[in-house]
Amino acid sequence: MSLRIVVTVKYVPDATGDRHFAEDLTVDRDDVDGLLSELDEYAVEQALQIADEADDAEITVLTVGPEDAKDALRKALSMGADKAIHVEDDDLHGTDAIGTSLVLAKAIEKAGYDLVVSGMASTDGTMGIVPALLAERLGVPQVTLLSEVSVEDGVVKGRRDGDSASEQLEASLPAVVSVTDQSGEARYPSFKGIMAAKKKPVESWDLSDLGLEADEVGLEGSWTKVDSATERPARTAGTIVKDEGEGGKQLAAFLAERKFV
Amino acid sequence: MAEVLVYVDHVDGAVRKPTLELLTLARRIGDPVAVALGNGAADTAAALAEHGAVKVLTDDAAEYADYLVVPKVDALQAAVEAVSPAAVLVPSSAEAKEIAARLALRIGSGIITDAVDLEAGDEGPVATQSVFAASYTTRTRVSKGTPVITVKPNSAAVEAAPAAGSVEALSVTFSDKATGTKVTGRTERESTGRPELTEAAIVVSGGRGVNGAENFGLIEALADSLGAAVGASRAAVDAGWYPHTSQVGQTGKSVSPQLYIASGISGAIQHRAGMQTSKTIVAVNKDAEAPIFDLVDYGVVGDLFEVVPQLTEEIRTRKG
Ligand SMILES: Cc1cc2nc3c(=O)[nH]c(=O)nc-3n(C[C@H](O)[C@H](O)[C@H](O)COP(=O)(O)OP(=O)(O)OC[C@H]3O[C@@H](n4cnc5c(N)ncnc54)[C@H](O)[C@@H]3O)c2cc1C
Ligand SMILES: Nc1ncnc2c1ncn2[C@@H]1O[C@H](COP(=O)(O)O)[C@@H](O)[C@H]1O
Repeated sequence: MSLRIVVTVKYVPDATGDRHFAEDLTVDRDDVDGLLSELDEYAVEQALQIADEADDAEITVLTVGPEDAKDALRKALSMGADKAIHVEDDDLHGTDAIGTSLVLAKAIEKAGYDLVVSGMASTDGTMGIVPALLAERLGVPQVTLLSEVSVEDGVVKGRRDGDSASEQLEASLPAVVSVTDQSGEARYPSFKGIMAAKKKPVESWDLSDLGLEADEVGLEGSWTKVDSATERPARTAGTIVKDEGEGGKQLAAFLAERKFV
Repeated sequence: MAEVLVYVDHVDGAVRKPTLELLTLARRIGDPVAVALGNGAADTAAALAEHGAVKVLTDDAAEYADYLVVPKVDALQAAVEAVSPAAVLVPSSAEAKEIAARLALRIGSGIITDAVDLEAGDEGPVATQSVFAASYTTRTRVSKGTPVITVKPNSAAVEAAPAAGSVEALSVTFSDKATGTKVTGRTERESTGRPELTEAAIVVSGGRGVNGAENFGLIEALADSLGAAVGASRAAVDAGWYPHTSQVGQTGKSVSPQLYIASGISGAIQHRAGMQTSKTIVAVNKDAEAPIFDLVDYGVVGDLFEVVPQLTEEIRTRKG
């Protein structure tokens, strides 16, 4: 039987761009170029490797996001995923992590799955909680923050490097996995992959396809509220000296003046 | 006064510093009630009472160590139901964030992650967050349910505030999902003898410019002269010069010490994301154009192999 893998990928504003907030205090997604969150490339990569090891597997990449989020799907398809689902709806604007997990969970259930693979965190929100929320909603084991992962005979195993210990984990499918940037470099799409991606199916679903109401998501449905967003004042220009043989001593004097020594 | 639940991060009963900071923040909102789970849970009580916990709810079932995350969510949910708190505060470790998220969903509450400050407000606690690699500061509230807020290390001072800290057994019934993810093996991390990276008052980091594992001794010597923790950029970690547990940045640890010293680090946005909120920042880099110099209070343009040993030597001399 085919192993059905769904990879959740997010389209994010480029971190090296000048990211800021829109007037309604949501992340401005218009002024800064977007891309597939780099941390989700690792999820696509591990899904591809798991699929390679399986007799028969199919990888669906799934995103919830604006029109341009198709770019993220295309990139994942060009890396080798088989098909894509884009959940897009004007009412999704401003959805928080809890709401996003609701939409993703509905879409994953509709698509059908044995394994969900997510990134460790999105590079814009950096919450790192959507995979755990998905496991809670889907009622399946979470095997998250893995730096090593494998699937065999309906069991997923992995290594999770935590703060105080490194743990070996194990769970039966279906399950939700998330992988870290220690899991292995993501491949670059080949020319062939890029060409093939153009022909791969991308389905578009809106809220009604998922049986969701507008007030369950978006800014209105959000369970958190941002009251203000202020640009952090630039750090005041510091003293910069060129080392002419005394740089270490000068630095020590500065540290002493600040009472660190 | 309302009660505030504080999830305790501890290792076999030894409470980690970020939890004590949480108690400081919790006292701004209400009376802290701590929840300590797993091996040594009851041993946390003395430290927690010392810092303001009016009550310590404990449970040391084996499930907490044998299965991932869910047993702890079950316990925290039981605590919420027992206490009906005004808020739930959780330290921003990777695991605790996952616990907090699932708890929030279960109790129908909004969640805020990675707060760097917290105060009481008319409509519930207001969290300050530092976003987009610390280029923005936001103020956020939970608008539904019991606010669940995870707080980064070094967000508040640890303050002594003796309270009763009476220990009470928390009665937990595990859900049928609790045993879904089995922990089949565990290798404890060896202690370096240096302060914990996220908790340290001073962090000394090295990057690609350190040019080899063997040269990290220079960074360690500087760190030891200051009683500091050692950090590394991803370039140094990827090269295999220093362990990933020491990586500072977006996909490593986020640090906010009193003093951050970067040597041979360019200051890429992903690195800045993990250190930009440090109080004082100094850097040594041979490239005067390196972006790290935009952040520094004091910078030395020079070869770290000259500057760092001289700095270490001078610090040792001054300290006598
Ligand atoms: C999704 C993602 C996540 C990432 N997460 C992280 C993260 O968590 N942490 C992180 O650090 N990076 C992260 N990165 C990588 C980041 O983009 C940079 O590549 C990395 O921080 C560079 O490390 P570096 O500054 O040590 O190396 P470089 O950028 O190569 O800089 C080395 C510096 O050393 C200086 N130098 C060289 N020799 C000497 C000498 N003898 N004396 C003094 N100075 C010298 C050079 O002038 C240069 O400025 C991430 C990237 C991505 C895409
Ligand atoms: N809008 C989204 N669409 C698809 N996947 C997402 C979305 N938001 C988050 N994810 C997934 O959840 C992971 C963690 O995201 P976060 O909790 O927002 O940091 C990401 O790496 C993605 O795999």
